[in-house]
Amino acid sequence: MDDMFFGRFGGQFVPETLVEPLRELEKAYKKFKDDPEFNEALEYYLRNWAGRPTPLYYAERLSKKLGGAKIYLKREDLLHGGAHKTNNGIGQALLAKFMGKERLIAETGAGQHGVATAMAGALLGMKVDVYMGAEDVERQKMNVFRMGLLGARVIPVESGSRTLKDAINEALRDWVATFEYSHYLIGSVVGPYPYPVIVRDFQSVIGREAREQILEAEGTLPDAVVACVGGGSNAMGIFYPFVNDKVRLIGVEAGGKGLETGLHAASLNAGELGVFHGMLSYFLQNEEGQITPTHSVSAGLDYPGVGPEHAYLKDSGRAEYVTVTDEEALRAFHELSRTEGILPALESAHAVAYAMKIAPEMDKDEIIIVNLSGRGDKDLDIVRRVGNV
Amino acid sequence: MFERGSLIPYLTAGDPSVEKTLEFLLAVEEFAGLIELGIPFSDPMADGKTIQESHYRALRNGFKLEDTFRILREFRRHSSTPVILMTYYNPVFRTGVRRFLGEAKASGADGILVVDLPVSHAGEFLDIASEEGIKTVFLAAPNTPDERLREIDKASTGFVYLISLYGTTGARDRLPETAFEFVRRARKICNNKLAVGFGVSRREQVEELLRAGADGVVVGSALIELISRSENPVEELRKKVAELSGYSKAL
Repeated sequence: MDDMFFGRFGGQFVPETLVEPLRELEKAYKKFKDDPEFNEALEYYLRNWAGRPTPLYYAERLSKKLGGAKIYLKREDLLHGGAHKTNNGIGQALLAKFMGKERLIAETGAGQHGVATAMAGALLGMKVDVYMGAEDVERQKMNVFRMGLLGARVIPVESGSRTLKDAINEALRDWVATFEYSHYLIGSVVGPYPYPVIVRDFQSVIGREAREQILEAEGTLPDAVVACVGGGSNAMGIFYPFVNDKVRLIGVEAGGKGLETGLHAASLNAGELGVFHGMLSYFLQNEEGQITPTHSVSAGLDYPGVGPEHAYLKDSGRAEYVTVTDEEALRAFHELSRTEGILPALESAHAVAYAMKIAPEMDKDEIIIVNLSGRGDKDLDIVRRVGNV
Repeated sequence: MFERGSLIPYLTAGDPSVEKTLEFLLAVEEFAGLIELGIPFSDPMADGKTIQESHYRALRNGFKLEDTFRILREFRRHSSTPVILMTYYNPVFRTGVRRFLGEAKASGADGILVVDLPVSHAGEFLDIASEEGIKTVFLAAPNTPDERLREIDKASTGFVYLISLYGTTGARDRLPETAFEFVRRARKICNNKLAVGFGVSRREQVEELLRAGADGVVVGSALIELISRSENPVEELRKKVAELSGYSKAL
């Protein structure tokens, strides 16, 4: 029971039918996570199929231009599929395969997690069904096409706000009817236990590598690690191996058009305690407990809740959570593109934007690692539409 | 909480309006052993299309939690048929468990079922429910092992709600054999009365489940569907519930 919670956050708030499938998943995960055969297969695919380790790159021109701390980028944008989502996609798909499941269900917002699941499903010969809000299907046509090419079926979700939270609802409805042969491959550190633990563990490879790489490059740990937070998987993945170090951990939420406008997706900064999607955490909701719509220029951060371990890190004071607006993120997108020749995903651009804010106030021998969680190709349409800022 | 052989109609509070819900409740109460009143939620993830749409309609029409209690208070002036509230956890959690259960009780609710609050997480909730004098109802599913079924039975002071199938709410043409096996298994283990729901839409199904050992049978989506389509919903609802309860057949 106690491993289900991070302090008071997390848990397994699900309808009774899902209690048993979650218990089966927990048992399987505990069995296979230390199984040599499982780990050998996972490492093989991460290295040879997905392209790990990813580089830790010193963004020298950007750092010098800002005139403060040295900014390093953890290049998850170079991972197969174009984002960190692949770490979890292949990890859970392999776990499902070892459990004897034949089919993967996934939800997706921007489409990156859907693509990661579709790739892993194709690789392991599993059927893949991806739920995607009808509005996101419209916004992210290229990723819908990619998933189709990889053999996955994309099911548009017309209910509710027709975005990510509704896609999760629909995936849960599917799973409750098909758990005997299907695995629900959640894409972030959210949902009922054991998902926040499983996804964090599969994403922690980012932080483990970054920690080793910075020690090798600089002979010292960084002063700060910065990552964007929607559900929070890339942030949890890079934070976790630094939790016991003297390193500032900074999560950047989507400030949208500004917190004061109500048009944002900043559940840690502006949400209230609640219980939703199987977990006790912070959620954007009204005073009656109805979940409210979110806004962010980046579809991947457009979620009204946040993983329970982030809620715990915030309340315990171990990590800081800040916000960056759409406009600041877009400015960072252009800055990184022109200064370093790297087009970041709009999600990751939030982390870059915050690093750009604090770097000038830091000493030249201080170090920031930014998790560059994905590449920006998927966002070109949006950036073109919004224009230069 | 209800007699053996009872029909348990489900209605969504505020769909399409507070006034209409009250009319619906009064139309079904004489055929119902107990009524389930659903509280609309923005993300009803255990429910199928029909009840989702019902929740959305209520919310679009401006439903507030207080409306549930208003409906109940008004209903209690005319009927003593037991009512349990069926809700997702977040509205209860956000309001505060004690305040929510206190208001529910004061308005005339007899019990409460929280869809996404499993027994393992219900410690404090159970204490407060007992202090406020409101009965608890928990869900059990065909894949619930015997051991947890015993815990669910122990935590339930109203009755145990058996989910007949794997999936969400919504009318099905046929109930799977597992539904009947589950009722028989639960009958052996549970001391509480047993209500069975999910998928039921016809009198034959109600009878089959009662024969298998259920004490009551819940019908929801079939009624909501009828209400949302009918030009004369109060009359048709009354007819349908009479038929499902076996009343019209007995005549």
